[in-house]
Amino acid sequence: MANVPADLKYTKSHEWVRVDGNLATIGITDHAQSELGDIVFVDLPAVGAEISQGNSFGTVESVKTAADVYAPISGKVVAANAGLGSASELMNSDPYGDGYMVTIEMSDASQLDGLLDAAAYSALL
Amino acid sequence: MVEFAGYDMPVQYDSVIAESKAVREGAGMFDVSHMARLIFKGERVLEFLEHITTNDVSKLVDGQGQYSILPNFEGGAVDDIIVYRLEATKFAMVVNASNHAKDVAWMKAQNTFGVEITDETELTSMIAVQGPRAVDLLAEHSDAFDQFNSAVAFGIVEAAIEGIPVFAARSGYTGEDGYELIVNNEHAVALWDTLVDLGVKPCGLGARDVLRVEAGLPLYGHELGDDMSPIAAGLGWVVSKTKAFIGLEHYNAARANGTATKLQGVRLSSKRLIAPGMKVFVDGEEVGEVSSGVFSPLLDCGIAFVFIDSAIALGTPCEIEVRGKMEPGTVVSKRFYKRA
Repeated sequence: MANVPADLKYTKSHEWVRVDGNLATIGITDHAQSELGDIVFVDLPAVGAEISQGNSFGTVESVKTAADVYAPISGKVVAANAGLGSASELMNSDPYGDGYMVTIEMSDASQLDGLLDAAAYSALL
Repeated sequence: MVEFAGYDMPVQYDSVIAESKAVREGAGMFDVSHMARLIFKGERVLEFLEHITTNDVSKLVDGQGQYSILPNFEGGAVDDIIVYRLEATKFAMVVNASNHAKDVAWMKAQNTFGVEITDETELTSMIAVQGPRAVDLLAEHSDAFDQFNSAVAFGIVEAAIEGIPVFAARSGYTGEDGYELIVNNEHAVALWDTLVDLGVKPCGLGARDVLRVEAGLPLYGHELGDDMSPIAAGLGWVVSKTKAFIGLEHYNAARANGTATKLQGVRLSSKRLIAPGMKVFVDGEEVGEVSSGVFSPLLDCGIAFVFIDSAIALGTPCEIEVRGKMEPGTVVSKRFYKRA
């Protein structure tokens, strides 16, 4: 069974969001990393870039396939996980921790209301 | 699971990287029951097989096999196959699942030699056990220790593994030593479970693709096809220079004149995943395209098979356009891995 932490928000396209004040950290879920298989390359936006809800902000390539990752909410990138450059496997081993993708400053926190909670996301799996 | 040639096939059991490593370092196994197994019998079977395949079937002795091609009349390949001589008038052939029906129809159409062709695919299963530990492990748990150890490449051993009768051929699709075991369906699950208990790691299609690309082995539909010359794919070594066969004149011409493009390897500087159809550039000029691409756990980078302008030498720097970005790499021998 995929791990779905109760304190996060989710999208139908298998991204997660952790909110801390006006900052939101984003990654892909345990289910997503498991479906992708061993992740070998991650393309992230630069710090300062604007990402926009529903649009692709990054690419993840695994031994099986390449997948776009979509922004669950809009905002400005304040941190991109540089560690993934040399250790993309962190997205497999620790998808909700060291395998995060970006942290953004939210431009519209009300967008969070449209995301799934852990129970609703689990029901999709 | 994915659908492949009408079969539900696992892409991975554990992880593609872990499975690939198991085969390079110990022993892994693949359920390749989808590959088709055919039997040929008749007084003129040798003559028939010489006509429909490119390799020298006359070089085989009883209990030996060879990799070969089923040529068409236009210089392309109907399929790539393995031919085994069981007796002077009885041969076996293993062909690709994706070409199963096409091959049988093709061979029946060429059969003016009175050869009896029977399809045993549904009666048997096939498990490929591969890796540096594979031969020892099978030998130790068989009633034919010496035969397993001494068989030549593509040689056949008929024996029992932990009491289960198998038809074993010393071949595979990974670049490692090992055997492909053909077993009656009623014993197939027991054989698989026995091998799991012996520590052989189940491997899926993902690892199979990685291992065959690392080893420089072609896949029909990617490096071979009805309208592609096997000479361009570097398979001249399985094309006889001394016998007649279907489409011979095209093969001779390809050999004499060369082919416009040739199959080479590309080793990327980065860990991108390369896919078939991506374009290859040298000095900013498009020179060909990718036929297969994988991430190589062995080399820790993206690797690919590419059909590129035959004039391009090994060692030439190149770029592959990967989802909108030019990724630098080097043209190298397509045998990325060669076991010691």
